[in-house]
Amino acid sequence: MTTTSQVNPNVSDATARAAAQAAAKNQPVTFGKALNTALADALTAEKSVVIFGEDVGTLGGVFRITDGLTARFGNERCFDTPLAESGIVGMAVGMAMNGMRPVIEMQFDAFAYPAFEQINSHVAKMRNRTQGRLPLPMVIRIPYAGGVGGVEHHCDSSEAYYSHTPGLKVFTPSTVADAYLMLREAIDSEDPVIFFEPKKLYWSKEQVDLEALAAEYEARKAAKTEGVARIARAGKDATLITYGPSVSVAMEAAKLAAEEGISLEVVDIRTIVPFDDETVSASVRKTGRAIVVAEAQGFASVASEIVARVQERCFHSLAAPVLRVTGFDIPFPAPTLEKYNLPSAERILDTLDQLQWEA
Amino acid sequence: MSTDATADRISEVSQKFGISPEDYMLPARHMINLLDPDGTLRPQDQQGTEPGHEYPLPSPARLMEAYSALVTGRRVNDQNSALVRQGRMAVYPSSHGQEACQVAAALCLEDGDWLFPTYRDTVAVLTKGVAPMEVMTSFRGEWHCGYDPKAYNCAPMATPLTTQLLHAVGVAHAAKLRGENTVVVAMCGDGATSEGDFHEALNFAAVFNLPVIFFVQNNKYAISVPFSQQSAAPSLAHKAVGYGMAGERVDGNDLMALMSVMTRAVRLAREGNGPLLIEAHTYRMQAHTNADDDKRYREDAEVIEWKAKDPVTRMQAYLDDAGLLTEEAAAKITEAAEAVAKDLRDGMNQDANTDPRELFEHVFSTKTPQLAEQQALLVDELDREEA
Ligand SMILES: Cc1ncc(C[n+]2csc(CCOP(=O)(O)OP(=O)(O)O)c2C)c(N)n1
Ligand SMILES: [Mg+2]
Repeated sequence: MTTTSQVNPNVSDATARAAAQAAAKNQPVTFGKALNTALADALTAEKSVVIFGEDVGTLGGVFRITDGLTARFGNERCFDTPLAESGIVGMAVGMAMNGMRPVIEMQFDAFAYPAFEQINSHVAKMRNRTQGRLPLPMVIRIPYAGGVGGVEHHCDSSEAYYSHTPGLKVFTPSTVADAYLMLREAIDSEDPVIFFEPKKLYWSKEQVDLEALAAEYEARKAAKTEGVARIARAGKDATLITYGPSVSVAMEAAKLAAEEGISLEVVDIRTIVPFDDETVSASVRKTGRAIVVAEAQGFASVASEIVARVQERCFHSLAAPVLRVTGFDIPFPAPTLEKYNLPSAERILDTLDQLQWEA
Repeated sequence: MSTDATADRISEVSQKFGISPEDYMLPARHMINLLDPDGTLRPQDQQGTEPGHEYPLPSPARLMEAYSALVTGRRVNDQNSALVRQGRMAVYPSSHGQEACQVAAALCLEDGDWLFPTYRDTVAVLTKGVAPMEVMTSFRGEWHCGYDPKAYNCAPMATPLTTQLLHAVGVAHAAKLRGENTVVVAMCGDGATSEGDFHEALNFAAVFNLPVIFFVQNNKYAISVPFSQQSAAPSLAHKAVGYGMAGERVDGNDLMALMSVMTRAVRLAREGNGPLLIEAHTYRMQAHTNADDDKRYREDAEVIEWKAKDPVTRMQAYLDDAGLLTEEAAAKITEAAEAVAKDLRDGMNQDANTDPRELFEHVFSTKTPQLAEQQALLVDELDREEA
């Protein structure tokens, strides 16, 4: 799943170099390990970084993303809190007000809802309310989305709520290299970042040299990649615009389409906020057709926003309406039924057929 | 950083007082009250104090400093209410009747300590040192809080009830991790104690053994809803023991008692004994804000009854009797209060300095391309308007 980028030199350099070095060293790394390493490297690089949440200490988190951090950095740098999400976020706000860089974990997407008031009314607005005097550099990590056979309340794609809130940045990596790089960038950001981790990717592996990636990151620290989308696959007939857990699905669809002689470009948004209109528009202007693929329910969603932006900017280049493949507007289904709800390569290809191709 | 540590500290400090940990955490049997409504010092056995809950009288100098802030606070409340009536300010939640609480909340702190106020706590914010016109910025209808929280160690006045208590916990926690001995006073009202964040904040503060004083002004109403409909607890201060912290009740119209209780709480917290919960019994003499009509939910008789317990006349009577309030001292205090009121009048006479272009500047550290676009749109509209 290594990729090339034609857009951002930072992204393309990093991923290309990582790919090359990994090939040389041939060490598969999981998405989860990349996140874990990013946290450890951030704790080492900056002493104001503190990590806390539910079960993140001794246990290392229910997904083991904070595994070993308490043992290595001590209970003051990575610790368990009482079971209260609003409390976790609210305390992080105060710590960020007072010189710290909290990186906190919400155990699952739906369990971040108790913290919604803190996130909306304070995390997002403190900088503005104080005319920039109280920035809140903090990261809220949220494992999200389905595809793992999770039960009720464990599979929500809740990115729209946060993307709709001015003052929050919203990141969601889809590759192992981005898991590392984007988490480091989020932690170094002066703005609060909601960091969405597609939980189905935690165990996915790629050939990535994490040490090289770390060196790469330190070297280019100031040059941000936020707001820069990634061309995950170059193509010319239509564009699939997607992010997070749906990137791999879109890649699969592109592969199948190629077998039928259709060349699909796949754009990985990476950061929903800030949004990279330029890369997305350039791709759609080139191909003239677009489908937005996202796992979240489609009504009033991030996918809807992307469709609107594309038609505002690319209307005269479009040969067909911009369509969407999203989750249905239903509560996320039970494990036995989730496959009917999740966007699939087949559903993407069916939708592709509707893009008014000339006979 | 564990409950064990908190329990150990509590048992240690209660032993020092020669009482059980439970008796240390439970409020004294009666609320702490040093001065009668007419300003006479109550006999020592009627002050509500008991072993482990001892409250010495503050020094005369301290009392005079507090009284001066009290007089200014009352003047500010009344000036602001007048400015609202004259249409020169958008909204004002007056704390008329509660000024003693607010003065004590700010004066008990030392340099470097933090205050977390609510919308009701203008007088506390002023007493913490924030410039009068800066305090009033948001009530004027501007989009920001008006002051630099870091310059004054005073958080923006919070409106979403009790959310700020958790921020107070975070500020204390960060300070503790860095080895700084910062005490934080976090304020809220009686109604607000029903919110979930109140519970989460008290629990976090106790579990992490943090020097936070939760200071509740029980003014008997949450807008229209009387206290009896907020809680069935014996008192709000009794909630403390459930979290493993000490609680106390104090007469919130008795500045002398408040100064004594708050000063002791700050000392205990600074010495590492964890958080405390202080409930001050007071009364909101005016409507919730100028937009509220309190005739719809309470009787005049009740308000009149509380007028007799006024914190300003009570303290004045005591200081007069004690020979501390000389004519010269009284004149100086009035003069200081009038200067602040004049500041407010002059300030409010000037137009607010609001530039709509600025609305995009502080949403993020750097404007997103989308915000830059939207700002350009507005700038263009404004330019055409001016042309
Ligand atoms: C979370 C939240 N819910 C509702 C409100 C609306 N509101 C503002 S003040 C208030 C009453 C609060 O009463 P209390 O805590 O007793 O404080 P007081 O106004 O008496 O000082 C209410 C309901 C709010 N600001 N925040
Ligand atoms: Mg009240």
